[in-house]
Amino acid sequence: MVNWIWLVLILFGVLTAALNGNIGVLNHAIFEGAKTGVTISFGLISILVFWLGMMKIAEEAGLLTWISRLLRPFIHWLFPELPKNHPVVGYILSNMTANIFGLGNAATPMGIKAMQELQKLNPTKEKASPSMATLLAINTSSITIVPTTIISVRMTYHSVNPTEIVGTTLIATTCSTIAALLLDRYYRNRNR
Amino acid sequence: MQSVITSISMWIIPGIISLIMVFAIWNRVRVYETFVEGAKDGFSTAIQIMPHLVGMMVAITIFQESGALQFIINLIKPIFDWLHFPTEVFPLAIMKPLSGTGSLAIATDLIARYGPDSYIGRLASTMQGSADTTLFIVTVYFGAVGIKKVGYSIKVGLFADLIGIIASLIVVSLYF
Repeated sequence: MVNWIWLVLILFGVLTAALNGNIGVLNHAIFEGAKTGVTISFGLISILVFWLGMMKIAEEAGLLTWISRLLRPFIHWLFPELPKNHPVVGYILSNMTANIFGLGNAATPMGIKAMQELQKLNPTKEKASPSMATLLAINTSSITIVPTTIISVRMTYHSVNPTEIVGTTLIATTCSTIAALLLDRYYRNRNR
Repeated sequence: MQSVITSISMWIIPGIISLIMVFAIWNRVRVYETFVEGAKDGFSTAIQIMPHLVGMMVAITIFQESGALQFIINLIKPIFDWLHFPTEVFPLAIMKPLSGTGSLAIATDLIARYGPDSYIGRLASTMQGSADTTLFIVTVYFGAVGIKKVGYSIKVGLFADLIGIIASLIVVSLYF
């Protein structure tokens, strides 16, 4: 599916530009896009290095195992095939916690670390395992309690009550997360 | 409420770090050596993600700058007018799954133009906070471990985005 999306985005874009007679725009767009990709990757280096270091301490100290034992029933329900008390559960929970508090910067490294641990358990290295799909479902629909970024934008534009959207966001994000988990369950059962 | 949220988001990261440190002391972990040991994977992980991000960002930028995004928006617009979906937030709904920075730019623009406390301002705020950038997350997370067959993840993500947008529309209309 990524193949198709990629192909359609590029071909449809080139076609539209050609029909609109602004093919010149594309030369700029291509290099701007590539630059954005590199900028994001380099931006990730600092937070990845820092959080992966911190997560290693958390793992060695047994914090991740402790957390996963604490929330075992919940995680077992979401990820039925994961081994009990495996540190990966701690990584998944750290990723979810960071998402809930709207800490996008910390959520990404923890999610990547969880993905790397899931890959060690994955029997088919090129194909996403069901656990990986569920982790993605949780992340793409991301339950957020404190949408920090948008609150700060609202503050910038002098909202009378910048945090008034916390309630509506919570309801909307809960709906999308439930929808994602239900569809994920559907595919899981179908592919079994 | 606002000050509580601000102080929570200020305390959460230092709090997590302190918790990790207390656990580490308790279990006699050599903290600095362990930190460096884990941290050295950070650079290679970021580098591994780069080709995936460059590829995806080029495609998204082409799609956006060429006018293709605007074309799709114009095409679907009548349907949304008919459903009484405020057309001003429609570009945000389309951009949301494609690009995080792009959709934040649109949301900020809507808030600046219509005011944060207007119907459109509140709707844009709720929509922006209610879903994450599907394409970015799939690219980064699967790119980091070299997964080639992503399965149904994109469908699940896009479906969640759609539900998030519809839910935002309903909730904001009812609540405010």
